[in-house]
Amino acid sequence: MAYLKLDHISKTFARGSRTTAVLVDTTLAIEKGEFVSIIGHSGCGKTTLLNIVAGLLPTTTGGVLLEDREVNEPGPDRAVVFQNHSLLPWLTVYENVRLAVDKVFASTKSRSERHDWTLHNLDLVQMSHAKDKRPAEISGGMKQRVGLARALSMEPKVLLLDEPFGALDALTRAHLQDSVMAIHQILENTVLMITHDVDEAVLLSDRIVMMTNGPAATIGEILPVPLPRPRKRLELATSPTYLKCRQRVLEFLYERHRFIDAA
Amino acid sequence: MNVPAAKVDARPFVPPTGQAAAAKVLPLPAPRFDLRSRITSGLVAVSVRAVPPVLVIAVLLAVWQLLCSNAGATLPPPTKVVRDAWELISHPFFDNGGLDKGLFWHITASLQRVAVGYVLASIVGVALGTLVGQSIWAMRGLDPIFQVLRTVPPLAWLPLSLAAFRNGQPSAIFVIFITAIWPIIINTAVGVRNIPQDYRNVAAVLRLNHLEFFLKIMLPAAAPYIFTGLRIGIGLSWLAIVAAEMLIGGVGIGFFIWDAWNSSHISEIIVALVYVGLVGFLLDRIVAGVASIVTRGTAAN
Repeated sequence: MAYLKLDHISKTFARGSRTTAVLVDTTLAIEKGEFVSIIGHSGCGKTTLLNIVAGLLPTTTGGVLLEDREVNEPGPDRAVVFQNHSLLPWLTVYENVRLAVDKVFASTKSRSERHDWTLHNLDLVQMSHAKDKRPAEISGGMKQRVGLARALSMEPKVLLLDEPFGALDALTRAHLQDSVMAIHQILENTVLMITHDVDEAVLLSDRIVMMTNGPAATIGEILPVPLPRPRKRLELATSPTYLKCRQRVLEFLYERHRFIDAA
Repeated sequence: MNVPAAKVDARPFVPPTGQAAAAKVLPLPAPRFDLRSRITSGLVAVSVRAVPPVLVIAVLLAVWQLLCSNAGATLPPPTKVVRDAWELISHPFFDNGGLDKGLFWHITASLQRVAVGYVLASIVGVALGTLVGQSIWAMRGLDPIFQVLRTVPPLAWLPLSLAAFRNGQPSAIFVIFITAIWPIIINTAVGVRNIPQDYRNVAAVLRLNHLEFFLKIMLPAAAPYIFTGLRIGIGLSWLAIVAAEMLIGGVGIGFFIWDAWNSSHISEIIVALVYVGLVGFLLDRIVAGVASIVTRGTAAN
């Protein structure tokens, strides 16, 4: 039985009398410790899907099962790293993570253990040097690292990444991808990541879930990425398996499900 | 358009020889604390701010003096104001009992009423604003009522509150309360409604309860809006108290002005107006100062 199961999920948005089907009959099973990416053109409902798994949106039909139990409201067992970091600007880096730690481990860790755990997670993303800075004083990549530390600090069963590197420049993005790979190597956590970057998907994932175009999107194809870990960015650039996977995703996105620009 | 080439250093580049490798580190001269230049730059900064208003005031006083110096003038010129009201200006702290007190005591009495009414308005205003901002049904139910009530002039409430409380003091406080509360409610509601969905999502993932959400997300996120309301509120309170005190009597700057009018002491009225203006300005600066300290980290990033 799968660790995380999206079971025949459909989502319809109603606006007045008009209803729009965003997701139709989407089923996906994710194993423990697996890194799964969801890729698709914008507007294909991938963020909707992630929000449903996070519990931030209710499904119209179907449901999400985590360890065989249905989850339908948000919780720290499915921590989210949001696209635009969502750090609280009036708290320092440390306080932003501490808020999560204090809430999740209120009864299971002592005060000093919570302090150590907060610092440990900031260490993990290499942000302990800026722990007393406010979000406005650090760069976009650093904010995203803190967002990642906050999510990791909740010890989630599933880590949900909502296009976490979308707003970053290419170099910063590469650094963060390496960090996420290293952390995944250490913690062996289960990750579900939304992305629109083909290279990112192939580099990081064990499996790539490709979505058809919306409205009424669903899973078009699932591609396993049989690359051994740890993966090295430079070595992969010439690896035939890497190039083949990349080719498959590109074909899916740009030949079979070309994005029709409505604008 | 032809841009003339900038003069560049045309000397040929000489690669550094071996001598350059043994570069000597020269210690930078320690920054000397130069008291004189500090004082000079401080004085310049102060005078840039202070000279223009002082000049304008001097010009206005001169015009006033010219306009009111001829025989038929109804208002006294500034020199006469100072001469007539010198007792009042030089002794703000005297207290001969009853209503015969220095301006300091009148101002204090007015400030006390404002303080009580304003603090009550702040607490109730933030609470109601939070409710209206958070709940769509509370907004639909209450917002139309607020929009009508807030247009009622403060003094129109006074007869009603006198009838209800049968006492001047609580009536004046009620007028302050009802004057200050509307901008606080409305701005708090806007602030709460504008809390980014991201923060609400964070709170949802962390499963913050209602109290934690209120204290840790809502108050800090809405603080800039709340303080805008508080700042408008304190200004309106001070506007209302003078008018209310004119009607209810007793110790207070409003009644002092009314009393001076009844005794035809025009100079005393002018002195009192200066005091009212300065205190109102100070109140506004205090609330603005508290706001800038409290909301320091709240600016969007």
